[in-house]
Amino acid sequence: MKKVEAIIRKSKFDEVKKALHDIEVNFFSYWDVTGVGNEKQGHIYRGVSYSTSDIQRRYLVIVVSDDFLDKTVETLLDSAYTGNVGDGKIFISEVLDAYRIRTRENGYAGIN
Amino acid sequence: MDTALFTANNVWMMVCTALVFFMHSGFAFLEMGLTRQKNTINILFKNIFIITVGLLMYYIGGFNLMYPGEFNGFLGFAGFGLETDAAGLTAAYADGGYTYWTDFLFQGMFAATAATIVSGAVAERIKIGSFMIFTLIYVGLVYPIVGSWQWGGGFLSTLGGEEAGFYDFAGSTLVHSVGGWGALIAIGLLGARIGKFDPDGKPRAIPGHNIPMATAGVLILWLGWFGFNGGSVLSADPALTSLVLTTTSLAASAGGVGAFVVSTLAYRNFDLTMFLNGILGGLVGITAGADLMSPNEAVLIGLISGAIIVGGISLIDRMRLDDPVGAVTVHLICGVWGTLAVGIFGQKAGLEQILYQLAGIAAAGIFCSLSAFLIIFTLKKTIGIRVERQEELEGLDLHEHGMDSYPDFRMNQH
Repeated sequence: MKKVEAIIRKSKFDEVKKALHDIEVNFFSYWDVTGVGNEKQGHIYRGVSYSTSDIQRRYLVIVVSDDFLDKTVETLLDSAYTGNVGDGKIFISEVLDAYRIRTRENGYAGIN
Repeated sequence: MDTALFTANNVWMMVCTALVFFMHSGFAFLEMGLTRQKNTINILFKNIFIITVGLLMYYIGGFNLMYPGEFNGFLGFAGFGLETDAAGLTAAYADGGYTYWTDFLFQGMFAATAATIVSGAVAERIKIGSFMIFTLIYVGLVYPIVGSWQWGGGFLSTLGGEEAGFYDFAGSTLVHSVGGWGALIAIGLLGARIGKFDPDGKPRAIPGHNIPMATAGVLILWLGWFGFNGGSVLSADPALTSLVLTTTSLAASAGGVGAFVVSTLAYRNFDLTMFLNGILGGLVGITAGADLMSPNEAVLIGLISGAIIVGGISLIDRMRLDDPVGAVTVHLICGVWGTLAVGIFGQKAGLEQILYQLAGIAAAGIFCSLSAFLIIFTLKKTIGIRVERQEELEGLDLHEHGMDSYPDFRMNQH
């Protein structure tokens, strides 16, 4: 099993969520994060300009079985894309095991 | 006088009293909206302290310091506490305008606004104990003494003889600039917030955490001004009150538009906080002469106030002074402008009046600056006026109060 972590624009979230559902990836968690990166946002407050490299993004964590990995990553790359600096990142890591709490199943049965 | 008329007058004055009281929630919302979340409890605490303690100070002696009756024109005192005879509750008291109690309460509501102006300017870094002491002395002594010079029948009101002298309808100088001078001296002695200016002296933006509340605050203040100016007519006289409410709201609108246009041209963005400050600048600007101006003049005074706001905020920045809410610009600079405008526009315009206005501005300015300096400098050298660096960085709510302003709701921390 693999853990797919994606940092995406908040504005792309609805599109990403729908695209994931379309490929039968129905379980993931997400939360809002602040991060630093290459994108800078220009602000002006009472005549003083400043740009923040503190940007708001959404962080998704999806645990998928190995055969779903490539499909999931492709879908994320397509649906979260805008072409502008700041589209985000995807990280893949290995997951040792997963359990469904209700039935105590683990392994492949734990995430499907 | 007919009882019905006396009743009508007194009712209007009491409604105005309530409106001016409500301005304190306007100040509270504005100040907390333009500062950071970590200091919200502190700002609100200061505002609540001001209205409660300020009113009590006025009851203990402020009212009788401001209206001492017959006195030498500079300093007089009619005794501690409040007391009136039967005549004070009749039309005999104030030309049938209001009773003694209404007089006390209406004026009492004005008194605290002088200190609340300072609370915005010193926000986010002043020690609350020092601020409380400053408030006690400034509202308890300085404000009433300055007020006595004009409204109490003192030397400013008779500069040109019995009928001519300094004129300040509702307090551009006597209330707003009194607060403004205090604010200026305070921020000079206090220093800027950590991080407000970079090592080269260029200002950095420290955005307020609740712009919706700041907006609500300004609209509440505008509403309160219906009472602030409307009640300064000191009766429900239809002609004067309706004119005053008209000039007041026209100046507010023009002030907002003036600031909006000038700041948009200067900074190339639509800054809501400038628009809001402009409204207040217009209100302060018309306060000295709301009963003397025609609608056209009110609009002009407001527009100029709005433009002054934008320049003033930039000037304060360039002087390396940190004023989180623009209090010095709105209340001192526009207060002076509004006072001068009485000599330039309206029914009392004239060179002589300009000189009287300058005299009043100077008298208030010198006395208030010196008093504020004395109080704050003494505090600085004894108990200190500024919180420790770590406290300022982590927030006054945590360190001065041990409280969380939004315990269930986290916003970005800076």
